[in-house]
Amino acid sequence: MAEHDITLTVNGTEHELTVESRELLVHALRDQLGYTGLNVGCESTMCGACTVHLGGDAVKSCTVLAAQADGGEITTVEGLADDGEFHPIQEGFQEEHGLQCGYCTPGMMMTATQLLDENPDPDDEEIREALEGNLCRCTGYQNIVNAVENAAEKMGGAAAQGDD
Amino acid sequence: MSVESVDPDDVDAADILGSAIERREDPALLTGDAEYTDDIQLPGMTHMAVKRSQHAHAKIEGVDTSAAEAMDDVIAVFTAEDVDVPGNLPVGWLLDSLRQVDHPMLAGERVRYQGDATAIVIAEERYAAHDAVDAIDVEYDRLDAATSPNEALNGAPDLHEDAPGNTAFEWEIGDAERTAEAFEEASHTASVDLENQLLIPNAMEPRGAVADYNPSTEELEVAMTTQNPHLHRLLMSGVIDHPEHKLQIRAPDVGGGFGSKIHHYADEALAAWAAKQVERPVKWIATRSETYLTDAQGRGHESHGEIAMDDDGNIVGLQVETEANLGAYLSTFAPAVPTYLYGTLLSGQYDIPAIHCEVTGAFTNVPPVDAYRGAGRPEASYLVERLIHLGAKEMEMDPVEFRRQNFVPDDAFPYQTQVAVVYDSGEYEKTLDRALEMVDYDSFRERQERAREEGKYLGIGFSAYIEACGLAPSELAGQLGAQAGLWESSLVRFHPSGTVTAFCGTSGHGQGHDTTYAQIVANELGIDYEDVDVVEGDTDEIPHGMGTYGSRSAAVGGSSLVKSSQKVVEKAKSIAAHQLEATEDDIEFENGEFHISGAPDRSLHIKEVAQQAYLAHDMPAETEPGLEATSFYDPDNFVFPFGMHAAVVEVNPDTGEIEFEQYVAVDDVGNQINPKIVEGQIHGGVAQGIGQALYEAAEYDENGQLLTGSMQDYAVPKAEHIPEMETDSTVTPSPHNPLGVKGVGEAGTIAAPQAVVNAVVDALEPFDVDHIDMPLKDEKVWRAMRENGGGA
Repeated sequence: MAEHDITLTVNGTEHELTVESRELLVHALRDQLGYTGLNVGCESTMCGACTVHLGGDAVKSCTVLAAQADGGEITTVEGLADDGEFHPIQEGFQEEHGLQCGYCTPGMMMTATQLLDENPDPDDEEIREALEGNLCRCTGYQNIVNAVENAAEKMGGAAAQGDD
Repeated sequence: MSVESVDPDDVDAADILGSAIERREDPALLTGDAEYTDDIQLPGMTHMAVKRSQHAHAKIEGVDTSAAEAMDDVIAVFTAEDVDVPGNLPVGWLLDSLRQVDHPMLAGERVRYQGDATAIVIAEERYAAHDAVDAIDVEYDRLDAATSPNEALNGAPDLHEDAPGNTAFEWEIGDAERTAEAFEEASHTASVDLENQLLIPNAMEPRGAVADYNPSTEELEVAMTTQNPHLHRLLMSGVIDHPEHKLQIRAPDVGGGFGSKIHHYADEALAAWAAKQVERPVKWIATRSETYLTDAQGRGHESHGEIAMDDDGNIVGLQVETEANLGAYLSTFAPAVPTYLYGTLLSGQYDIPAIHCEVTGAFTNVPPVDAYRGAGRPEASYLVERLIHLGAKEMEMDPVEFRRQNFVPDDAFPYQTQVAVVYDSGEYEKTLDRALEMVDYDSFRERQERAREEGKYLGIGFSAYIEACGLAPSELAGQLGAQAGLWESSLVRFHPSGTVTAFCGTSGHGQGHDTTYAQIVANELGIDYEDVDVVEGDTDEIPHGMGTYGSRSAAVGGSSLVKSSQKVVEKAKSIAAHQLEATEDDIEFENGEFHISGAPDRSLHIKEVAQQAYLAHDMPAETEPGLEATSFYDPDNFVFPFGMHAAVVEVNPDTGEIEFEQYVAVDDVGNQINPKIVEGQIHGGVAQGIGQALYEAAEYDENGQLLTGSMQDYAVPKAEHIPEMETDSTVTPSPHNPLGVKGVGEAGTIAAPQAVVNAVVDALEPFDVDHIDMPLKDEKVWRAMRENGGGA
């Protein structure tokens, strides 16, 4: 099996590693680099538990080859908080009880943050549509939708203050 | 009516019980700091992969492992021939008529479902293990397969020599003679043939285990996806012949269970056994495809039900015949699910004077079927509420009035049903009235009529469900065949500085026990919530425990914590009395403070008492130092949550598509320790119930091949499939435990399917549709509308 020396920048830290051609990004991140915040739920792009940002886009890391991500800038759930301060999406999930077992939560938050980047004030339907690639078995989604709305309000508030 | 969560810092200590405080579990889960089983890395760790049968039923002619063994990075390959321990997975619930069959952890002679394990590989890393599994060559002689119980019981080849005709058991409850008489005398009857389809659990985290064996000490530590570590320790100890006291089972963070992580499976036992063989740590993590093939499934009933009424619309009898799918082998609690967890709930919320139910358990070529999210109770509630809908139609009565007339009245509790159980407390009309108000039922029928005139088909469906949680007491469970007690243990330990660690034998996996248990203990001890830590899920730390399933944690585990806390207070009181130079009778305990009656200035806080108990310089005679207490709490009876859910739907006559207009859930789960957590669990349960009603089913072809073997084919509901739910609750405390709690984890799952199906059938009333089997896929609904000549 061919091997590749690649570089991944994860949450601002650069890592050099060797991967097999077939090695999935999720396994490189979790098993080689120890970013275990992202989870494997299905290995088929359906559940979204392994969602990370690659080059600013939310991607399912179970169907990206690590070699494809060579040179990429990656953000995982470990990179959401800033110096111990929760990101608004983390606050939203905490305040709205948007998680129970927490397994899908990192992926949910990575998808939600991209949604909020593109659409800072999504309505209920837009949130549900954006989360169609992230499955949850515990919450019934309602509090997840509330969590994203909560974060949107907080982020909108921050932007408004910045404009003053 | 959404519950607002609050910061624990904003809650007075005295109000902590019952407050909707934010969960303390969340920060680790939100930052990636949580530790799930697959996150564990140990030095020298190896990886296990399992060779699984692609056939549902076949004789094994030979297993050739030579190619796999020759591969790089492969450490060992094991087949059934190598298993030198009993290796036989036990069943934990015996019925009188039960035919027990062997369930080897590696199949040697015959495979009985697609996914049955035939060999394992231990390799240096994950990919190499899976490569080597692919290189194992198993030669099979295929046999005919049967996946439905009816098929299996009627001429399909026998799966097991010890179970001729594939009959696992025949069981009945109720009074056959009396019920037959009731039907003879009845003026009206209604009946239904229905299937409660097989479901695949789909906890988001797949099952897995990391086993680490120390040959010098013979200690074997297994971190695994479990809902009940102590039970797994007991069962695994027998299966792999390892002494129980040298086996540690630990549950790290567990990503959902819903029952699927209660049962003892071959895979986790194989990982533990293999770690002893190779004397290196072994990790096995199921792929999602493996969970589809091997996780114990739920439901799987084929039933005929009948209801009988007198002229006035009073229900006089109910009779049921059910064929229950048990899958290929008897899983841990399998025999209990379609019997004691099902037949005993067939009275629903109704006063029914005669009930009889017969159940035949069938071996089939699907994975073992066992307790899943509600376990038996959803099957009962679905059948009863479908019959109630049809009974009302037969009587030409409004379904709401039919229910109201037949409810167990408020003054009849405790209520003895005709199917063995005694309901603790209930006020059924209260939840009904609240739900009617929320859906504005007064105007609905008129609105429905107007819509029909415009070619729109609206329907409303009700579900007056009942659930039995906190199964108990142990003596009764033993009489019914349980091979385990159903008590719960806990230990409440003060530390010298005045903080507390509470250990509990339940094992949460998303339910928020750390938060709710800390609320309970802080309230009992009168100390700050922040001063209580909660530990669960480790057999080396917890005195003992039965685990978390069947919505038992608050009612049984929570009550055990109350008992342990009360024992701590009792001891502290005697120390306080001694140090305050008073008799115990003169000491009062309030908000953490012991004081002498009538002399409030002479007092000691329980935290000071804890310090004194560890100093042990000035103790009452015969009193041991330290301040902690253990209890093994065995409840007097089950608890019976109930509620009324209502769905309002519109069915598109051109496509059969179902759209929710409203979903209302009014639940009574007794006292609520944390209303935000209660609400969240209702939401999740309802989503599963809607999933079953509309989307989910394990489907097999005629050869027993799973057709819904991935998330592409098995429709786990997505955010856009689940409507906004409106929830509210009433509170009827249970008299059977010190907290007055009932249980909530499965309520929504039990309630929702029949609310949705009744709503769709109500919408299709002009088409004369009485019943459609779940899942109500668009095409099935569309066909049903056309079967009766196009109806309206």
